[in-house]
Amino acid sequence: MSGGGSLLALSGVRLSHGGHLVLDRVDLTVQAGRIITVVGPNGAGKSSLLKVALGLLRPDAGTVERSASVIGYVPQRLDIGRLLPLSVRRFLAMAVPDRADSRRLEDTLDTVGAGHVLNRQVADLSGGELQRVLLARALLRRPDLLVLDEPVGGVDVAGQAELYDLITRQARDGGVGVLMVSHDLHVVMAATDHVVCLNRHVCCAGHPEAVSRHPEYLALFGPRVAASLAIYTHAHDHGHGADGSVLPLEGGGEPHVQGHGHVHGPGCRHG
Amino acid sequence: MFKGMGTCMGRGAAMDDFLLRALMAGAAVALVAGPLGCFIVWRRMAYFGDALAHSALLGIVAGLLLGVAPLAGVVALCVVAALILAHAEADRASGSDSLLGILAHGSLALGLVLLSLMDRVRVDLMGWLFGDILAVGADDIVWLWGGALLVLAVLASQWRSLVAAAVDEDLAVVEGHPVARARIVLMLLVALGVAAAMKVVGVMLVTAMLIIPAAAARRLSRTPEQMAVLAAMAGLTAVALGLGGSWMWDTPSGPSIVTVATVFFLLSRTFSRR
Repeated sequence: MSGGGSLLALSGVRLSHGGHLVLDRVDLTVQAGRIITVVGPNGAGKSSLLKVALGLLRPDAGTVERSASVIGYVPQRLDIGRLLPLSVRRFLAMAVPDRADSRRLEDTLDTVGAGHVLNRQVADLSGGELQRVLLARALLRRPDLLVLDEPVGGVDVAGQAELYDLITRQARDGGVGVLMVSHDLHVVMAATDHVVCLNRHVCCAGHPEAVSRHPEYLALFGPRVAASLAIYTHAHDHGHGADGSVLPLEGGGEPHVQGHGHVHGPGCRHG
Repeated sequence: MFKGMGTCMGRGAAMDDFLLRALMAGAAVALVAGPLGCFIVWRRMAYFGDALAHSALLGIVAGLLLGVAPLAGVVALCVVAALILAHAEADRASGSDSLLGILAHGSLALGLVLLSLMDRVRVDLMGWLFGDILAVGADDIVWLWGGALLVLAVLASQWRSLVAAAVDEDLAVVEGHPVARARIVLMLLVALGVAAAMKVVGVMLVTAMLIIPAAAARRLSRTPEQMAVLAAMAGLTAVALGLGGSWMWDTPSGPSIVTVATVFFLLSRTFSRR
């Protein structure tokens, strides 16, 4: 699996917590310019997988190889107490080791659509605003690997699409490797190169379209989700301009119309 | 029993010395309690300071049993307790709040039992429980200021990592801050701060001395640094006014200082209401 541009490689990772198996025999590789999306039900170990990948949790077995030099991380939640006075400007500046260029700081905050919160206190932000600030903070580090745990949680629907576009551009234009947890595969599908369906073990992995039809995936998420997914992929063979006009998708070869292979996880039970 | 609470001190020319020494000692403690208290409220570890203070009584007894200065026993026990708790906090599965409670009250109880068995040693229990700042000697002041400067120097040198870890430990680790080291350093500094503050306000009010000036500074601050400086200033003023009040009205010194700090906190809430 691991190629020359591999930024992160997990192999045979097992993690248990309080005698409870959280991750079992998980393999995962992130390469430069590729977007890997981890989907799975609550309690599937998605956040734990990211924490193992980042070195925040030590696996009981298996290996984690990180060759990325700068990592941008967006945690699922950030719980800054109201007793810590911290402006958004300062919070962003903390992410870069040397003195932050305030122009770039403002520009980055603008690109995530949160330019107006620059001088607010972090504790006063709404959930969606904080999420945007966290993404800006990760981007400010000029990462070669982005690790995003539900990066658009709490963000309004229009904003979600914008942020996913932004993340996609990081990979396509900037060559950044992206490892992302998301609940809404139907939204990220077009932007994702490789989907890992996780339920403690890797149930199935592969191209988004293939995974979305995989019996393990359907068993986990149910036919309703699968149906909405199918509608989504068929309805979105076009994009929208800023004025709402219909535009053809750029680049012609959208990833979801190529290659339909998928990889079975060792724990998959078909039958 | 109540000697050392400022109640039975005769008034005279020598009192100026008492008061000056008390002010010097209180100032050293307030100076470190401000920034340390900020980290305690930011990281929500108020109960940690309390646990250290309670277990410190056992340190006093240990110091007496071993024939060393009680304060040395307190510092040693606070450091040991801090290391145990730091280890327990890293392993969150063990239910660290219950462990804190057991450690705090178990060692307080053991300290009191051992103290009652030592009938050949007279210990000013009320002085340790509620502070005995008016009995501070010149050598204590040297130790307190030396310790305070050391704590401030370490805080300053680790400031970036400490603040990053207070914001979010996971983010701080990913960004390359030595978070595990910062956590241990902070706990050791708090242990030293607790040992010093005990001398001034006593076991029961140590946590108050740490967190109330910090909480009072919160509403008036926009940055972590502002809050740390304002907390130190609030603590210094509380020490000065509290000791002044204690002197004027013959009230116990430690509780007087904490009462003034509490008034500051209430005022800061009233005046900064938006």
